[in-house]
Amino acid sequence: MSVAALVAPRAVFVKPSPLPGFGLTFGFALTYLSLIVLIPLAVLVWRASGLGLDGIWRVATEPRVLAALRTSFVTAALAALANAVFGVVVAWVLSRYSFPGRRLLDAVVDLPFALPTAVAGIALAALYAPNGWIGSLLAPFDIRIAYTPAGIFVALVFIGLPFVVRTVQPVLEDLDREVEEASATLGASRGQTVRRVVLPLLAPAILTGVALAFARAVGEYGSVIFIAGNMPFRSEIAPLLIVMRLEEFDYTGASAIATIMLAISFASLLAINALQAVSRRRLGHA
Amino acid sequence: MTTRRLLLRAGAALGAPALLASVRAHVANAQAAKEVVLTNVSYDPTRELYRALSEAFARDWQASTGEKVVIRSSHGGSGSQARKVIDGLEADIVTLALAGDIDAIARESKRLPPDWQSRLPNNSSPYTSTIVFVVRKGNPKGIKDWNDLIKPGVSVMTPNPKTSGGARWNYLAAWAYELDRTKGDQAAARAFVSALYRNVPVLDSGARGTTTTFAQRGLGDVLINWENEAFLTLAEFGADKFEIVVPPFSILAEPPVALVDSVVDKRGTRKEAEAFLNYLYSPAAQKIIAHNYYRPLHPDQADPADIARFPKIRLVTVGDVFGGWSKAQPTHFGDGGVFDQIYKPGSAAR
Amino acid sequence: MRDAAIAESPWVRWLLIAIAVGFLALFLLLPLLAVFAQALSRGLGPYLSTFADADTQSAIRLTLLVAAIAVPLNLVFGIAAAWAIAKFSFPGKSLLVSLIDLPFSVSPVVSGLVYVLLFGAKGVLGPLMSDWDFKIIFAVPGIVLATVFVTFPFIARELIPLMQEQGSAEEEAALTLGASGLRTFLTVTLPNVRWALLYGVLLCNARAMGEFGAVSVVSGHIRGVTNTMPLHVEILYNEYDFVAAFAVASLLAGLALVTLVGKSVLEWRHGDELAAVRRH
Repeated sequence: MSVAALVAPRAVFVKPSPLPGFGLTFGFALTYLSLIVLIPLAVLVWRASGLGLDGIWRVATEPRVLAALRTSFVTAALAALANAVFGVVVAWVLSRYSFPGRRLLDAVVDLPFALPTAVAGIALAALYAPNGWIGSLLAPFDIRIAYTPAGIFVALVFIGLPFVVRTVQPVLEDLDREVEEASATLGASRGQTVRRVVLPLLAPAILTGVALAFARAVGEYGSVIFIAGNMPFRSEIAPLLIVMRLEEFDYTGASAIATIMLAISFASLLAINALQAVSRRRLGHA
Repeated sequence: MTTRRLLLRAGAALGAPALLASVRAHVANAQAAKEVVLTNVSYDPTRELYRALSEAFARDWQASTGEKVVIRSSHGGSGSQARKVIDGLEADIVTLALAGDIDAIARESKRLPPDWQSRLPNNSSPYTSTIVFVVRKGNPKGIKDWNDLIKPGVSVMTPNPKTSGGARWNYLAAWAYELDRTKGDQAAARAFVSALYRNVPVLDSGARGTTTTFAQRGLGDVLINWENEAFLTLAEFGADKFEIVVPPFSILAEPPVALVDSVVDKRGTRKEAEAFLNYLYSPAAQKIIAHNYYRPLHPDQADPADIARFPKIRLVTVGDVFGGWSKAQPTHFGDGGVFDQIYKPGSAAR
Repeated sequence: MRDAAIAESPWVRWLLIAIAVGFLALFLLLPLLAVFAQALSRGLGPYLSTFADADTQSAIRLTLLVAAIAVPLNLVFGIAAAWAIAKFSFPGKSLLVSLIDLPFSVSPVVSGLVYVLLFGAKGVLGPLMSDWDFKIIFAVPGIVLATVFVTFPFIARELIPLMQEQGSAEEEAALTLGASGLRTFLTVTLPNVRWALLYGVLLCNARAMGEFGAVSVVSGHIRGVTNTMPLHVEILYNEYDFVAAFAVASLLAGLALVTLVGKSVLEWRHGDELAAVRRH
């Protein structure tokens, strides 16, 4: 969409409506959005653009940066996958079964939304360190979680879980059970019904939840730095590398890595919105 | 509707007074501007030292001039603290881990002159320290000297030299050790340092993070650290769990202090800031310095019992071995420098 | 269960419940428990004395102040954006919605970095700021800005889908009956969305008080001046004062629990209204 379209006269720009206040609210929302989000992000991209496109590409393909991006994206993807499996189970159990403590469990799911990431980070480090509650159980088997990529994974699973549960749960609650009855009447076993009928209906919601969890996890910093070993090429995440570039007074390098991450987050956001559109169409919502 | 009323009432009961109190406190802070507030931007391990020095100075200053001075400190990795001052953090004084970081402030922000280091005695270092080892009680791995650190199966804890000042001293001490042993073989020194980092399982961003990982989380066999931090680790975490191993050879760490001219002139705090920096060289401050496990510039002014705690070590300086920080910093820790090369994929350290 | 054919066998059901409970206990409840266990590891005395410390109190005050500025700002924005987006139709609407969501998927570190690039001494507006002697970075305004950025979408995201769902027939009726625009909004629209609004405010507030990454980049980390609660947790942790660090952390965790309780109460009492929000 061109800038010209945005500043075109209101009569042409917005469909006529009896309701007042479009100019005021739209104007305020756009100004606020520009001041807080768009202009600062534009400065970031402008700062990185000093390197030129090939310069940004050079930064992005530096082995150290590439390794950090890979660590961030691979662990975020693995955590999102784990959340896809367990998140769906949790959503299923919460919306289909009644058992003692269900409401408590339902409330607890949102904990990662509410708990500060730094608190999550030190709590997880305390749990999974070789002398922590869980770490000491694993130590005899020589399994180490804290200060390895597995630690990053644990933190990202924590961060991402509510996204999957909270997108799948309402769809599951809304699902017309007659479809399942029909499938059963036609002779399908329960397993077949779930696999062939229910899961395909849930698929867009699951994908959306996974994409949201992934987008959040890729950029996560607070909870990860306390539990990752921060070793270059092994457990160093991309946001940490941005901080490190800053501390070397390399503002352009920091901006370049940040721009790459920004581009990827925006792409994943567009993908999420597209998925949601598909999901709505399929479930017959407006 | 009962829920709503409940929530509203709870909100009013919890939120409003807290908000009011916070607004009132900020207003009160602004009104109490009679006292002079200095900001000291320092590095990680000096928290306890500067708390003691600031309080003692404030008492002295009020007794002699009647003026109330409060010194607020900010602590973190030396490099990241320097970056904040460059980015505009208004520090009246900087007390960092190494001259290279204050050089960077002078170069990048022009907030103090390039010759800042010659303005105070002893290269602007009122205290020095060195680098020693901390091991677990009984020294199960038998660590005695630097070459024990590169043995297979020894897990070494040291922070990331890119962000931590102490880690840079650790790195240079190891380099200087091998250079001294091989009578100046740079390639051998590089191989030695690479081998050392091969034994490092975690790179925390600051000295404090590494100490916590070692002492609290139980990771690693030996911690390379500031001498003052080593003493503090024993005091904080128990002398029954750890012991200090002093290598026969190490590096003389000179953490410098400086006035940030443009800030003190703008804020009108030059008199107090200068007085505080000069105070650091006074007998009273030297005593506090020694008591906090830093080696004072004038040992004769400190408590002999405190001085007796410092073992005799053969110490070399960055100036002697590396030609000063202006050379050591870009060569070893700059972008693409030796440390980055050690961590190239496929290189010896991996 | 209406029909055995569309229910799982009991052992499958209990297995699934066991997996869900086990997973949530391991990944969510245990860390929460660890915070309180560590905070109280030396008894109640040392735990309580943390909060008598002046620096801890000033960190709590700063956190409250920051949230008290950031949340209302985003509240006004959320209402304005939702009104424009839900009640009107204009080109580029979906792009606008995506842009509003953007801060949500930007790394917190990047959120802090952009303000350093903008207002830092070497930033675009840095020289201007120092001429006017107006401090943003490493001062309270910078912390507020970074917090506003990371909590930007929370309230708008709750309101937009609900107001879209509700349409504008009721508002149009009110206008026809002669009510003013503002009155229509206050007496028709607002009561319809109040629970979603409160829900958004709760989430926004929780994140505003707990943000670490972005605030850490723009704060000067000076005790008693630019130290928020999450930053204070890190400082205490780095001073080997683990009990105090976890004590402050437990206060933040307690805040999270209050948020969850408030949220659950809203959901149980007003589930129907909120269901529309969740569906999207």
